Amino acid sequence: MSLSQIFDIAGSGMSAQSIRLNTTASNIANAETASSSEGDVYRARKPVFAAVQQDAMRQAMGGDFLADTPESKGVVVKGIVESDAPLEMRYQPDHPQADDRGYVFYPNVNIVEEMADMMSASRSFQTNVEIMDAAKTMMQRLLTLGQ
Amino acid sequence: MNISFNNALGVHEHALELRTNRAEVLANNLANADTPGFKARDIDFQSLLSEQMQGKSNEQSLKMTTTNGKHLPVNGTDDSADLLYRTPSQPSLDGNTVDTQTEKAEFMKNTLQYQSSFQFLNSRFKGITTAIKGQ
Repeated sequence: MSLSQIFDIAGSGMSAQSIRLNTTASNIANAETASSSEGDVYRARKPVFAAVQQDAMRQAMGGDFLADTPESKGVVVKGIVESDAPLEMRYQPDHPQADDRGYVFYPNVNIVEEMADMMSASRSFQTNVEIMDAAKTMMQRLLTLGQ
Repeated sequence: MNISFNNALGVHEHALELRTNRAEVLANNLANADTPGFKARDIDFQSLLSEQMQGKSNEQSLKMTTTNGKHLPVNGTDDSADLLYRTPSQPSLDGNTVDTQTEKAEFMKNTLQYQSSFQFLNSRFKGITTAIKGQ
């Protein structure tokens, strides 16, 4: 029954979006975490999304219509990468973390970008919840067939 | 007079199955709304429904015949021909062609059409039950 597949697909979407929200929260929380050296400073983290490809073997063995097409089933987070954007150097000689030249390194987190990312992630999460809800209604109706 | 389930249920049985499959495809599009390079897909409901009604082993569809149990089923055209790609109205720079609003609207429409197919199928079953009971 492919209705139960929808739960897996929407569930994978929800978990991917919550990971994205998690990295956003971490980035915003660490936006002002200063560091005295370039290597130690926090860098913005971004998840990399990819579509889950269906098992190629099952497709090669043939089978029903649509059930075995090389179609992806949901989304997966392939990994989390750190941003390469340039770090921010501020001249703050009084800062306890300042280096010998008086500079402090701040993370390359762009707050505006993170806020937009947060909104996009929560909207996508919401969409997936609605899909799951619709699939649940469809399934419940199917159980009443013939009654 | 004998009761044939195939005649009694008609198109609704196949329609319901196709609606379920379409819901899955659309749900997958929405789950991948933020995946770079993902192409939104959909099925051509009408052509698939008529194909199902005529039976899958139709001569017109370019499918290879298997004459031995060891033969692997091979289609003339590849299997994914059933799944088409959506023409994007606003393609994004990362290669993703999912338009969340369109997909969501299609999903909701599909759910409603599923419910009507279900309603028709259910009434057919009720009709058969009445015929069997003879009340």
